[in-house]
Amino acid sequence: MSAPAMGTTKTAHSDVAPKKKRGPGALATAYLVIYNVVMTAGWLVIAVGLVRAYLARGSYHGLYYSIEKPLKFFQTGALLEVLHCAVGIVPSSVVLTGFQVLSRVFLTWAVTHSVREVQNEDSVLLFVSAWTITEIIRYSFYTFSLLNHLPYLVKWARYTFFLVLYPMGVTGELLTVYAALPYVQKTGLYSVTLPNKYNFSFDYHTFLILTMVSYIPLFPQLYFHMMRQRKKVLCHVEEYKTE
Amino acid sequence: MSRTTFFERNIGRTRNIGRITVEVLDGRTRQQLCFLDKVEPHATIGEIKSLFHKSYQQLYPARQDLKLDPKGKSLRDDDVLQNLPVGTTATIYFKDLGPQVGWTMVFLAEYLGPLFIYLLFYFRAPYIYSHQDVFTSSPYSVVTLACACHTCHYIKRLIEAIFVHRFSHGTMPLRTIVRNCVYYWAFSAWLAFYINHPLYTPPSYGDMQVNYALAIFVLCELGNFSIHVALNNLKAEGGPKCRRFPHPTKNPFTWLFFFVSCPNYTYEVGAWASFSVMTQCLPVALFTFLAFIQMTIWAKGKHKTYSREFKDYPQLRMPIIPLLL
Repeated sequence: MSAPAMGTTKTAHSDVAPKKKRGPGALATAYLVIYNVVMTAGWLVIAVGLVRAYLARGSYHGLYYSIEKPLKFFQTGALLEVLHCAVGIVPSSVVLTGFQVLSRVFLTWAVTHSVREVQNEDSVLLFVSAWTITEIIRYSFYTFSLLNHLPYLVKWARYTFFLVLYPMGVTGELLTVYAALPYVQKTGLYSVTLPNKYNFSFDYHTFLILTMVSYIPLFPQLYFHMMRQRKKVLCHVEEYKTE
Repeated sequence: MSRTTFFERNIGRTRNIGRITVEVLDGRTRQQLCFLDKVEPHATIGEIKSLFHKSYQQLYPARQDLKLDPKGKSLRDDDVLQNLPVGTTATIYFKDLGPQVGWTMVFLAEYLGPLFIYLLFYFRAPYIYSHQDVFTSSPYSVVTLACACHTCHYIKRLIEAIFVHRFSHGTMPLRTIVRNCVYYWAFSAWLAFYINHPLYTPPSYGDMQVNYALAIFVLCELGNFSIHVALNNLKAEGGPKCRRFPHPTKNPFTWLFFFVSCPNYTYEVGAWASFSVMTQCLPVALFTFLAFIQMTIWAKGKHKTYSREFKDYPQLRMPIIPLLL
């Protein structure tokens, strides 16, 4: 699922809660700044790549191939964020961050990369563009926050763009998984059948359907959580400003 | 200020000497929920909870979480009012813990489920496997053995829950039980599905594998039971106030206490690991792995509590795996 919700606990800590300075030390802060800058740059590369490919081809079709490598690299790189939480330099829950990053990585590798036939689908462009814009804003937000110079525009963007980008991303993801289903069933991709030595079976087709179904309870929860965060962060700041 | 009022005020004071006024506020909204005046100073929190229950029929004592500080520790039922840092007026904060269920009920629900579910699969009840396999039985003896082991494991647990265990907390939140039950029931269904499947493949090393695994399984079950009995006796001898940590006894199974703080978890992992080997079934191994992770977390917590509470706690002991973890 797309990551506007990722690190909401992080922002809750840095924006809403009064300055609890149990944050990272100087070295960790430097590392995190570098990490977030690199990620912002990476997703900007993907954004530029998409625009250039569109201008060159003149159509929305098949743009995935032009940004396939940087997408895989930078989205997979986000796994480091789980490590950051585990080590403690980022005050987010390991489980929550892990879940969000893994769902992204899953879509990138286990669906889009693995099922070649869906790579031409427009739904891929839909979620890739949603992710790209979201991540550029999110990583710049973290960069500025770490440097204690957060422009209101970036904060506003981070807490407003998700209103459109999140449903957009989810739609793209669901449509892509749905498009992959017939191919997975036909080829038996990643599936194990009985009988076998370890008495185990796994049907990837059913697993994908269950994944799609899991969006129904999860998406509204994350979306409304972000909306509540938005109210807290943006309205709180306005109160502060009027004082 | 008239003389009569002054007099009456003083008489009123002498009559109420030592009595405490208790107001119960909602921990989140700070709204006053209940006002109890003239409470005896030697009243316990448990009695306060009963009085509170009179005003709120739904909120039986087990559901009430009372604290002196909304962010602080919960008060115990046996805490006495006058021993707490309150003046003549006690302000207590209330939180609703949600519907509660007694521990015995919890265990019955958690254990009866897997017991019956496994049997449904063993006897190949309709709609699980294909139509021609309904009520057939497996040609492999290991499948029957596995059913016997699984069933005995849960019967043992039920016996322990009813007759052996003594619980320090009275209840558990309803939501937790539902979650636990779903987990245990779903997992046992999943592993029973494969073991009793018409296409089940028996272990690669045949009878030797099955028999050795069975032997270890039985030993671990006996071990686990011995530890539960030993822990129970410890509580019985000491009572709630006298805190001692468990020691090895004459029973050889309890000698694991030399090496480990929570040998009951060690034996439990051992039993499930041997069950995995006996059935050579990956879902069982996965269940064992997850159980191992959870029990390690519990064991580490327990080990820490013991180490902190008892200065003479044996250094050799590890939480769950001798010498390692």
